Amino acid sequence: MKLTKTLLATTALGLTAAGAMAQEEMANDMTLVSWGGAYQASQVNAYAEPYKENNPEVTITWDESSNEAVAKLRAMNEAGSITWDVVDVVASDALRLCDEGLAMEIDPDEILAAAPDGTSAEDDFGDLLVGDCFIPQIVYSTTFGYRTDMVPEGVDAPDDICDVFDLETYPGMRALEKRPINNVEWALLCDGVAKEDVYDVLATEEGQQQALDKLATIKDSVIWWSAGADTPQLLADGEVFMGSTYNGRLFSAIVEQDQPIGMMWDAQVFDLDGWIIPEGLPEDRLNRALDFIMYATDTQRLADQAKYISYGPARLSSAPLVGQHAELGIDMAPHMPTDPENAKNTFLYNYEFWADYRDDIDAKFQSWLAQ
Amino acid sequence: MSDTTGPDQITGATPDNALRNADRAEVQDGPMLAADGRPLKESLGRALRRQKMRALLLVAPLLLFVLLTFVVPIVSMLFRSVENQIVSDTLPGTVQAMADWDASTGDVPPEPVFQNLFFDLFDAAEAKEHTKLGTRLNYENTGLASLFRTSGRSMDDIGEIFQDAIEEVDPRFEEGAFWFAMMNGEGNSAVLADQRRRWEALTGDDMDGDIGFAPSQAIVDLLPQTARAYTRFAIWTAIEDEDVVAEEDPWEAFYAALALDLRDPATVSAIADYQGEGADALRALAAADLPDVSFKDAFAELDEDWLSPSVWETLSVYSASFTPGYFLNSVDRELTSDGVSLRPENERIYIKLFGRTLWMSMIITFSCILLGYPVAWLLANLPARTANVLMILVLLPFWTSLLVRTSAWKVLLQQQGVINELLVWLGFIDNANRLVLMNNSTGTIIAMTHILLPFMILPLYSVMKTVNPSYLRAAKSLGATNWTAFWRVYFPQSVPGIGAGSILVFILAIGYYITPEIVGGTDGVFISNRIAYHISRSLNWGLAAALGTILLVVVLILYWCYDQIVGIDNVKLG
Repeated sequence: MKLTKTLLATTALGLTAAGAMAQEEMANDMTLVSWGGAYQASQVNAYAEPYKENNPEVTITWDESSNEAVAKLRAMNEAGSITWDVVDVVASDALRLCDEGLAMEIDPDEILAAAPDGTSAEDDFGDLLVGDCFIPQIVYSTTFGYRTDMVPEGVDAPDDICDVFDLETYPGMRALEKRPINNVEWALLCDGVAKEDVYDVLATEEGQQQALDKLATIKDSVIWWSAGADTPQLLADGEVFMGSTYNGRLFSAIVEQDQPIGMMWDAQVFDLDGWIIPEGLPEDRLNRALDFIMYATDTQRLADQAKYISYGPARLSSAPLVGQHAELGIDMAPHMPTDPENAKNTFLYNYEFWADYRDDIDAKFQSWLAQ
Repeated sequence: MSDTTGPDQITGATPDNALRNADRAEVQDGPMLAADGRPLKESLGRALRRQKMRALLLVAPLLLFVLLTFVVPIVSMLFRSVENQIVSDTLPGTVQAMADWDASTGDVPPEPVFQNLFFDLFDAAEAKEHTKLGTRLNYENTGLASLFRTSGRSMDDIGEIFQDAIEEVDPRFEEGAFWFAMMNGEGNSAVLADQRRRWEALTGDDMDGDIGFAPSQAIVDLLPQTARAYTRFAIWTAIEDEDVVAEEDPWEAFYAALALDLRDPATVSAIADYQGEGADALRALAAADLPDVSFKDAFAELDEDWLSPSVWETLSVYSASFTPGYFLNSVDRELTSDGVSLRPENERIYIKLFGRTLWMSMIITFSCILLGYPVAWLLANLPARTANVLMILVLLPFWTSLLVRTSAWKVLLQQQGVINELLVWLGFIDNANRLVLMNNSTGTIIAMTHILLPFMILPLYSVMKTVNPSYLRAAKSLGATNWTAFWRVYFPQSVPGIGAGSILVFILAIGYYITPEIVGGTDGVFISNRIAYHISRSLNWGLAAALGTILLVVVLILYWCYDQIVGIDNVKLG
């Protein structure tokens, strides 16, 4: 019943939106930028293919450049020729693009569809609307996975973030990302700093040193990764015992590739990924981009994406619609980072803090790594 | 390099030689004439010029291509390493007001600087440029990004303090049309042009065009700050927003400007004689009690960091249009108001990385020579059929994608990888003590030596191919041992190949990025990995450009040294 209503509502919304836009001129070519891999595939299946069915005249080109989207957009802006129409970036990058004037400021209630029950887009996305340019899509988390067959005998499987720092009980290599973000927070948490004080402590020189000192206790047992695919590979090869990466990567290693890997979930760090529209698009391309965004971020589309990848939809109203994996037929809800069972102890990426401290702490972190 | 090229060495009928012959002939018997009666020299000169033009035209497409796609982008990128106009473009008034103030006192600048900061930030926030400046300055002083972001949004609040008071005195000040009537008049083009330039510097856009407004001379004399603030509003409204100036709601900024103008007693007395539009309203304002808010306090209320001397030190140190700051950062130093100082020890990294890059590139070059020399010798001396098969083995990896080869090394080198498994199986090492062959400098050296090996083997091979085998036979027949014959006769002839290979390998290695990133871990990464980080992640392009420039200069210096020691003429690619 609910589903039919939603479908009807979204169809109606789609129709009115299409009606309103019909008078305006829309470009038929659109370049979407995303991350490639399973994530982009989920977007193709959940948004792009259905959108093309409704608008057969549109051709969509995908560019797998999200990783260096900020730098490329800046270069395009300086060259005066923007070739991208809609760009998928993480929230912190969206904030920087907004600061640099490279992303268009948006009014969520104006360009995004309301929820099927009439809740405005602004309320439906809630706190996830970070900055003035960001259109959230999914909630993902950075968390730890571990080799179930490498847990020492007679010891419980690791279920606490501080087990990462406990080399005595859990000997073996770890994989951590080669940047300070997340690592320093985890280090402080395990060095006795209360969760609510972490960023206050990190804002001080002593706090930064404290975090690096804690990391130094395991430095010799760490392989530092820079691509999200590294950790699942290292785990699959038995190179590391535990490692941090994005939860969707671990999901596909565990469920789709059947690797002996367990999820830790403790102190997982939530982060957001979503769209931005580059500043300075010509009128017709902008109209097309807005039309696509309106469609691709509605309640049903966001829920559909969760059929293909274990990232949580950014809309509150999408959560109840999350169903089963499109091919494996398993329930997706328990694999979502936002599932209550998994989200007992979580952390939200602090955008404001890292916008300020990223360069400073990164310089110290890299210098510490090189020692 | 060869000694038979160059026009001077060619004998026979070339235009150059003919010209020289004509010269000689002229000295002897007067001008020699060509068949058409003109002096031969002139005629030949024209032919020569035409020929040179034709040659130039032939290379012109390539020359243009190289200029446009190679030289221009590189130079403009390197230029960023000193460029710093963003501070004076975004905060022109503040920078000017700060010129008289000495940052090294450790104080906060006086009130006029804060007044200018208000107008500068107000405009910058309107044009959404304030966050760019915040990002730029955050590289030097952590926290400035959010300071500028949040303060920019709140400039309206400061202006409203004055707006409310002024509108209370006379509600006509709420109307855009009233303001327009008061400010518009016989054009003062100097003020207008100045404010246009100011917007252009801030936004980078062209601000010329008719705006349907010019500040009246009377108002410019009477209320200079207000006239400037209003003119900026008019230009922005007409050109960027494409609206009609008189119909737009006034900005908060010029209420503040008006209140500031009225703080001057001379202005108050001049208003008494003023007869223009809105004179009565101004007189009422002059008599009224406007808020005597200090801008310094207003900023402090927004964010107490505005009273932090370190913020002002950064602003003052980086207010110049060109800065050595990026270069100092790239050699682990920093610019302060007291001059140049060393960075704190826990932030130093670049000198170490430069040193490591050079040292490891040398090791890689040396291992390439060691491994490549015998292979090249085999290739040059085996019968053609076998040599061709070997050649394919050398070239095959050369044609394979760099990423694929590096990833293959990952599979081989990791602790559960092929090499370790094999050694454990053979019993050479214990299962618990597997070798750590990657995610460190060893991994980088192994993988890069392999990847760059063809660049050593190919020049070596082509040089060895030209070494005449009869020299070796002659040496041996004169009684040399195998070693002496090789070392005294063969090796010296192959040195140009080693030179060419070394230069190629070393210069390629020094700028390598992908391989160290994948197998280098923490102590096997190069300076180029940091450059890439600053280009694509931190967006600190100025620092990336400075690091790149230093790397380029280091390579050129090494090249020069090489030329002095070995001599570039001794390098042969074939």
